[in-house]
Amino acid sequence: MTQSIVVQVGQCGNQVGCRFWDLALREHAHVNKKGIYDEALSSFFRNVDTRANDGEGSDIAGGKIRSLKARAILIDMEEGVVNEILQGPLRDVFDSTQLITDVSGSGNNWAVGHKVYGSVYRERITERVRKAMEYCDCLQCFFLIHSMGGGTGSGLGSCVLSLLEEEFPEISRIVTAVYPSGEDDVITSPYNSVLAMRELTEHADCVLPVENQSLVDIVNKIRHMASTTKPGSVIKKDGTLISGQGGVTKSEKPFDAMNNIVANLLLNLTSSARFEGSLNMDLNEITMNLVPFPRLHYLVSSLTPLYTLADVNIPTRRLDQMFTDAFSKDHQLIRADPKHSLYLACALMVRGNVQVSDLRRNIERLRPSLPFVSWNQEGWKTGLCSVPPVGHSHSLLALANNTCVKPTFIDLKDRFIKLYKKKAHLHHYLHVEGMEQGYFTEAISSLSSLIEEYSQLDATKRLLIPDASRLSIAT
Amino acid sequence: MSIVTVQLGQCGNQIGQELFDVITSDTNEAQRYKLSVEGKAYGVCSQERFFHDELTGELSARAVLIDMEPKVITQTMATAAKSGRWKYGDRSFFCQKQGSGNNWANGFCVHGPRHEEAVGDLVRREVERCDRLAGILTLMSVAGGTGSGVGTYITQCLRDTYPHSLILNQLTWPYGTGEVIVQNYNSILTLSHLYQCSDAILVHENDTVHRICAQLMNIKHISFSDVNKVIAHQLGSVLQPAHTQSTCSQYSRNPIGELMATLVCHPEYRLLGLCSIPQMPSSSLAYSAFTWPGLLKHLRQMLISSTKMEEGIDWQVQATAVGQRTADKCGGFNTSMANLLILRGKDVSSADARGFLDPALYSPWLPAEGAFSTWRSAIPFNRYEKSATLVSNSQSLLKPLDHMVGKAWNMFASRAYVHQYTKFGISEEDFLDSFTCLEQVLSSYRHL
Ligand SMILES: Nc1nc2c(ncn2[C@@H]2O[C@H](COP(=O)(O)OP(=O)(O)OP(=O)(O)O)[C@@H](O)[C@H]2O)c(=O)[nH]1
Ligand SMILES: Nc1nc2c(ncn2[C@@H]2O[C@H](COP(=O)(O)OP(=O)(O)OP(=O)(O)O)[C@@H](O)[C@H]2O)c(=O)[nH]1
Ligand SMILES: [Mg+2]
Ligand SMILES: [Mg+2]
Repeated sequence: MTQSIVVQVGQCGNQVGCRFWDLALREHAHVNKKGIYDEALSSFFRNVDTRANDGEGSDIAGGKIRSLKARAILIDMEEGVVNEILQGPLRDVFDSTQLITDVSGSGNNWAVGHKVYGSVYRERITERVRKAMEYCDCLQCFFLIHSMGGGTGSGLGSCVLSLLEEEFPEISRIVTAVYPSGEDDVITSPYNSVLAMRELTEHADCVLPVENQSLVDIVNKIRHMASTTKPGSVIKKDGTLISGQGGVTKSEKPFDAMNNIVANLLLNLTSSARFEGSLNMDLNEITMNLVPFPRLHYLVSSLTPLYTLADVNIPTRRLDQMFTDAFSKDHQLIRADPKHSLYLACALMVRGNVQVSDLRRNIERLRPSLPFVSWNQEGWKTGLCSVPPVGHSHSLLALANNTCVKPTFIDLKDRFIKLYKKKAHLHHYLHVEGMEQGYFTEAISSLSSLIEEYSQLDATKRLLIPDASRLSIAT
Repeated sequence: MSIVTVQLGQCGNQIGQELFDVITSDTNEAQRYKLSVEGKAYGVCSQERFFHDELTGELSARAVLIDMEPKVITQTMATAAKSGRWKYGDRSFFCQKQGSGNNWANGFCVHGPRHEEAVGDLVRREVERCDRLAGILTLMSVAGGTGSGVGTYITQCLRDTYPHSLILNQLTWPYGTGEVIVQNYNSILTLSHLYQCSDAILVHENDTVHRICAQLMNIKHISFSDVNKVIAHQLGSVLQPAHTQSTCSQYSRNPIGELMATLVCHPEYRLLGLCSIPQMPSSSLAYSAFTWPGLLKHLRQMLISSTKMEEGIDWQVQATAVGQRTADKCGGFNTSMANLLILRGKDVSSADARGFLDPALYSPWLPAEGAFSTWRSAIPFNRYEKSATLVSNSQSLLKPLDHMVGKAWNMFASRAYVHQYTKFGISEEDFLDSFTCLEQVLSSYRHL
């Protein structure tokens, strides 16, 4: 089995990362009743004998679980968030060698994160990553988590991304990027996001964009449904996809409900690589199947069931509803409508008691209503993992490479241009050593051409494209 | 003589486990059979073919398990051991930590060469355990990266190492509506390369088998294990002992050799399809009675109308004598190159298979005699009182192959996903070579 390393950067990255570790521990504790350190656990955790006196402990290959350490690197340029984690219930999962902090933050300035902290911390970050790699016998993937709107996550985070590409090119890089909503309190978030996007487009193997507004909407809808339960329709409160219950962290902080959703995205994304199933989907299959052209690697995700209603009691109907929901607007983790845009490719990652016939039936049923690009009319990738999430009998993560990401990007571009036309706040960036105006122009043109690439594909949607005429051979 | 099975990738390993399971349970059943002498000979022959005895007296499959990730092999070996009837050799597997990621090029250009030696050693060990080798059977899917890419590479190596042994590649073709997005690329790369080094390619289409599970076996929630049981049943019905025309009173010792002698007489034509009847839930078997004329009539119509299961057979299609074939009369008619019929069960000697000898079934430019053989065994197979399996080298795979090549070509025209292959050393020219090879195969079958 392979291992992955999570690199969480900035406030958002660390808060989301924490929810991930909490839920991952809960999931493994639920599956692994014997307390044995197994292959599944080894993908994200080390098993450490802390009695060894070298300070870091030594790894134990199998046997009883001693002390689990997350394969994580926590980076923030202020101390608050990371300190809170170290004082919280997850403190034993990390040790000081996994942390990189500074005191003053990047002040919502991409240039400070990317240029200033990037050059100061580059060596140290590389060294920490190498250290984490030494504990892996077959490292497969880096998961990078950060927000796009702030300074540290977007600036230093995207610097870490290109560092990973340079130093460890054969290890794939999957980025979970939290996009700011339109009413974001960070005024410079459009700058930061666009500057970071160029890095993501050029250096990531794939990106899972998540929009805060969508997370808010989902959380509100869940709360609303929980409070207005009709008789006979009871919402399941303990479903993992929506709650953090059962984890070691008890009190809920403002972002926690939203971050649980993102954490679940990552859990479901990696479940088939960790647990067995009748149709495994390894992490390297994600890019292979969903990225037809290197730059177009933004995958829209949706998780179901989110609003588990107990009144849909017929098992197959509930199951089919799960598939239907995965394509509806209000289950997407960005504000987008995949059904009315163009699919380049789509993956269905199913967990729990679901068979290949359930998959076939639902794909046949949904296919006619979903527009696929002409050269990938059967563009489905499927995975069946037999271990469901805690509290559910089954779940589905849909990943779509779909032109519906375009509006989010256009929106971002518009907000960027609005600021940039007035040169608002620009001097804060240009003051930073190594930062030039060229970064802005190149970033915006990178985004524009990305949007253009999606547009060109989108334009083929309603056209009847004839099959390419076949090779003729001498007979 | 013995067969060494090489199971590759998730699909190949999961199917292999079901195959050995069917074989052992069928053999156990046969030994209880009332013609005890015959039953015993059947058992001895089958065991020599597929198993060797461990010192402990356990049956150990003559098989090698290969995957680039550990989970499937761990599960497959455990499931086999749980059966209590047979197991895999403790050291006859090879796995790595990380799969080929559905990338044929990764399997073929990276994993294959890197592990050639280790895999070659495992196969050699099995081969050396056989008194005589009848041939090598590989099991793999074409859609993923390991079975298809590593499987193709290993087949090439086996061809070099065992130039005089027969290699039969059993391939599972993906569901048409997709499970792997690059499945058509992986499929064409596999098929075009195997066409150069395999002796015969035996195809199961997941769509067809799935329909058999749904409509004939009446399974509501079809799992891969259900699908694999059907595939294993069909394979077992071919590979279990039978009397061939040349062996008459004895069980044939070389099923793969005789199968190829009948079915593959021209290198341009090596795609074999398979259909079996009857297929039904085991709970209904006790209440069903079949006659040989009835079974063979259905099977013959399935052949000429290219219906791959006993349901929705088109009875309009007729075999027309060669001179009278016209475009409209041939509509839907499936021309054969060669056919092999395997009959098992009660009163098998009375079954009249002459309907398959009709020259009208075969390509006009080939002598019809020699294009058809029958194997028989009086021992019922896998609890079916009577059963018939037809292995045919005909146009029946033309349509699915044409779809596969067409879809791959469409994708290739936009160059989508090609960068994932060039990364590992498969160039656009390599793709073009594969397309050319398969267009040639298609054209040959079309003009049968
Ligand atoms: N979903 C989610 N979004 C968050 C969280 N924390 C911050 N954000 C969002 O992230 C953006 C701000 O970025 P932060 O991650 O706070 O900034 P940072 O990376 O720490 O950078 P600096 O604070 O500038 O050094 C805003 O869009 C916030 O709404 C969180 O825990 N969850
Ligand atoms: N009939 C059948 N088909 C299967 C089974 N498992 C996988 N498949 C099919 O095989 C294809 C996927 O290939 P796999 O065999 O899973 O891939 P692999 O050879 O392990 O290669 P990688 O996982 O890419 O390294 C799809 O077309 C599946 O439908 C199975 O148990 N039975
Ligand atoms: Mg901060
Ligand atoms: Mg596999």
